[in-house]
Amino acid sequence: MQLELLISKFQQKDEKAFEALYNMYSESMHGVIYNIVRDRNIAEEVMQDVFIKAWHKSESYDATKGRFFTWILNISRNAAIDKTRSKHFKNNSKNLDAEYFVDILPSQDDLNDSTDAIGVAKFVSLLKQKCIEVLELLYFKGYTQKEAAETLEIPIGTVKTRNRNCINELRQIVLN
Amino acid sequence: MDIKTYIESGILELYVAGALSDLENREVYNAMLKHPEILHEVLNIEAAVVKLTAQVSPSTSKQIYASIKKALGLTDEDTKVMSLNTPSKNTNWLSYTGWAAAVFLAVGLLWTLNKNASLNTKVSTITTDKEFLEIQIEDVHSDLADTKKLLNVVRDENLINITLDGQAVYPEAYAKVYWDKSEATVYLDLEGLPKPPKGKVYQIWSLTLNPLSPTSLGTIDDFNDNTNKIFELQNNNASQAFGITLEPAGGSKTPTMEQLYTLGVVSDT
Repeated sequence: MQLELLISKFQQKDEKAFEALYNMYSESMHGVIYNIVRDRNIAEEVMQDVFIKAWHKSESYDATKGRFFTWILNISRNAAIDKTRSKHFKNNSKNLDAEYFVDILPSQDDLNDSTDAIGVAKFVSLLKQKCIEVLELLYFKGYTQKEAAETLEIPIGTVKTRNRNCINELRQIVLN
Repeated sequence: MDIKTYIESGILELYVAGALSDLENREVYNAMLKHPEILHEVLNIEAAVVKLTAQVSPSTSKQIYASIKKALGLTDEDTKVMSLNTPSKNTNWLSYTGWAAAVFLAVGLLWTLNKNASLNTKVSTITTDKEFLEIQIEDVHSDLADTKKLLNVVRDENLINITLDGQAVYPEAYAKVYWDKSEATVYLDLEGLPKPPKGKVYQIWSLTLNPLSPTSLGTIDDFNDNTNKIFELQNNNASQAFGITLEPAGGSKTPTMEQLYTLGVVSDT
């Protein structure tokens, strides 16, 4: 309920609600964008644009069509992909060959206070490769169930159940 | 709906990922509204995904939100509170100027209202004056028309002009009769008669002399109101003389000879 209230206030251009939502989701969006553009500063730049866009288009969010998180996740993924297609970006890009989000997890040196007590290494060790693949495609890249099935060469129903199991594993790790 | 099976199907995980169709999204939304367990499950999935994605983020600059706010033109409320707690001279000036302007405005408004009311009164007075003057002009016009008509009467050569001289009861009295035979009309100029006493009126008589028989032409009921003392009466008689007597209001059948004021004979021309 509280989240719904925050979102409706945000849609009424309430700045405090906007800031609360920013604090809830900015790091997550930065992670998603960073995984696509692979450049920390560009990722910050894109994330900034995402939240500005979200503010301006707040009335276009419709709760009956999906979660607010999913809405802003979509905006972020699209903005990041657009960025990778820009000419300037192509000329300067590097490190795009790393395949999965786990390959770019920050090293221990980069960790700041905001990172959970759960070590990054724990992620890598606890998540099976099968899970890393499916989470990458569905959450970081925004693949549909069908697209993920084709990419992973597995039946469409398997994507659904495998993802369910992987999220359960993830919940064990991050939510106790 | 078997809620447990629904949750176990993995549809909620795909819902959070945004991997479902519009129809499926609406279906999940409705299921969440109906079953709190489903909403609870979605919240947990979402929280896990938020944590997972946030893990990938290298540290972000604390300045980002500030620059977003700046880009959106949002005011910084902290700064506002500061300036309220320590009001500067400028704020006071602004407030005084504001109050002064408000007072001036109020006074000016009252003055304007007052002025407006007095001007309205003036306008209505002037309108009344104008109407009064218009009535006067109309009166003058109708007087002028009457006068012109009189002048025409006097100048008309077909008119028979009879002078009525004063008689014993009031020797200074005189009157004039202008008789238009073709129109069977007499015009009486009674300027030379005194004001009749209250309850009395002048009665005009047409007379034949041989034998003497009077016929009433009518009474002059508005003698005092008529300013030029010219009166018009019908006369179909073959009059040989005209006489004017003072009679009780309403007139008499026969002239009261003791009250004969003027008498004049039509000359045989």
